[in-house]
Amino acid sequence: MGNDQLTRHAVNIRRHILKMMLESKSSHIGSCFSIVEILTLLYFEVLKIEPENPLERGRDRFILSKGHGSAALYATLAEAGLIPEEQLRGYYQDGGKLPGHLDRFSIPFVESSAGSLGHGLSIGLGMALASQRNAVSGKVVVLLGDGECNEGSVWEAVMLASHLKLSNLHVIVDCNRIQSFGMTGEVINLDPLGAKWKAFGWEVDEGDGHDFDEIRFFLEKAASVPRVLIANTIKGKGVSFMENSLEWHYRSPSDEQYEKALAELDGSSN
Amino acid sequence: MRNTFIRTLMDLAGQDDRIFLVTADMGYSVLEGFRGAYPERFLNAGIAEQNAVGVAAGLALSGYQVYVYSIIPFVTMRCFEQVRVDVAYQNLDIKLVGVGAGYSYGPAGATHHAIEDIAIMRSLPNMRVVCPGDPVEVKELVLRLHESAGPAYLRLGKNGEPSIHPEGTRIELGQAMTIRSGHDLAVIATSNMLEQALKWTGEWEQEGISVRLVSMPTIKPLDRVAIVEMIEEGLPILTLEEHSRIGGLGSAVAEVIADEGKPVRFKRIGIQDEFSHHVGSQQYVRGKMGLMNKPDWPLKHKP
Repeated sequence: MGNDQLTRHAVNIRRHILKMMLESKSSHIGSCFSIVEILTLLYFEVLKIEPENPLERGRDRFILSKGHGSAALYATLAEAGLIPEEQLRGYYQDGGKLPGHLDRFSIPFVESSAGSLGHGLSIGLGMALASQRNAVSGKVVVLLGDGECNEGSVWEAVMLASHLKLSNLHVIVDCNRIQSFGMTGEVINLDPLGAKWKAFGWEVDEGDGHDFDEIRFFLEKAASVPRVLIANTIKGKGVSFMENSLEWHYRSPSDEQYEKALAELDGSSN
Repeated sequence: MRNTFIRTLMDLAGQDDRIFLVTADMGYSVLEGFRGAYPERFLNAGIAEQNAVGVAAGLALSGYQVYVYSIIPFVTMRCFEQVRVDVAYQNLDIKLVGVGAGYSYGPAGATHHAIEDIAIMRSLPNMRVVCPGDPVEVKELVLRLHESAGPAYLRLGKNGEPSIHPEGTRIELGQAMTIRSGHDLAVIATSNMLEQALKWTGEWEQEGISVRLVSMPTIKPLDRVAIVEMIEEGLPILTLEEHSRIGGLGSAVAEVIADEGKPVRFKRIGIQDEFSHHVGSQQYVRGKMGLMNKPDWPLKHKP
């Protein structure tokens, strides 16, 4: 798919997310906006999944380990036609189908529940191991937050994955540099993050997490070891007053802010 | 119990290629046979229990029935939140297998003792809690767990426990097993205190007390019907477990009694709310922690 078309989908996904946050008055819009291009490329181009058969054995699997970005995943699934768009309306609300953090029993294509950080890489590792042992072709892509890399369990999985040479396991770290109560550099400085993964035996790429070509380049490469993309992203990407702001980890837009943000998104799609 | 477990699992693995065994670097002299026979369905995940449970979830989401093996505190408490979210919440076909019930690792110290595991594991939705008291119960309940998809915790002792049930006894999940019938007192024992309960039963019978000995190898789902029958009969009930008095078998039975709302004489024998700082064998620590004192209750209340 051409990058122009992907860009249009990404803008639509941000529109969906914005509306969901307006309606539900919930948090994490910044965390959702930083991963939109990654999700767009995965669901419109990279992942081999069958819309009619979500559990097909040889499928590619995507694990959103930073489960607080759930709205971005739901919006992407709706934009890709994998779930009905109407389902987005009940996000985070009484009687809705879509919880704030992922529940694998909620809708199809949610491969694993998530919400507590530091779980997804281990689960993805188990899936990649199952594929390796059964000579099944499907690859596993796990998306982690950079703040999530504070969790010790992430590094337990990093060690084991390279030891097992799980070349079908791909990790993208969404490095938006802001976590729950401060800048990642101020809470626990992770830099140089790529060097840490490399020292643990992974092949490391670093790139712009909003650039389709750079994400595509990473996902298409083959290797004999697991690979990670340190994806530099902007928290709140796409709406100027939400970008790089800790406040927008928590806030939901007022009606006025919604209109202003929507106008910016509409402008970017022209 | 450990050897019975692994022999049973190996037999099953020979018939069912969905069985996968993950260990967190435990099982020296126990798991080598499995690793040799089914290397493609074995993983030593290293000394990293949180990851081991998460990996098990990934394997289960790919179609395996996964057994995760370690010493009890490490396969239940160290990774409890992974057990809660990855295993129980996702309702996956994962059996957590812990060795070292109670003070099995007596002289190793309290880090290796398991006295809170039943309480925390039975609080989790979807989690079955299975605490066999002899090798027959181990074999039977491992077979039943294999047939029954979903999360479970299997609490094992160590090795060398005597068989109390006759070989070939069929035991269901959630079934109380009456070992001796009696009408003066009911003793309900679980896990590795079954042998002690049998010994006391014999002593009471010498004294002319008729004791009904019941083994309760499944704590969850609990055999409420069996307990309600004892309540209906007005039988005094004594529970016996090598576990904290908070949250284990005694608590589970007390909940049934409270729910029934009928008076019944009842006593829990278990570990008081404290850690052991004693150094010594399982039997020694049991003695120091008050588990070996045969109660004179309810004899003194006997008409």
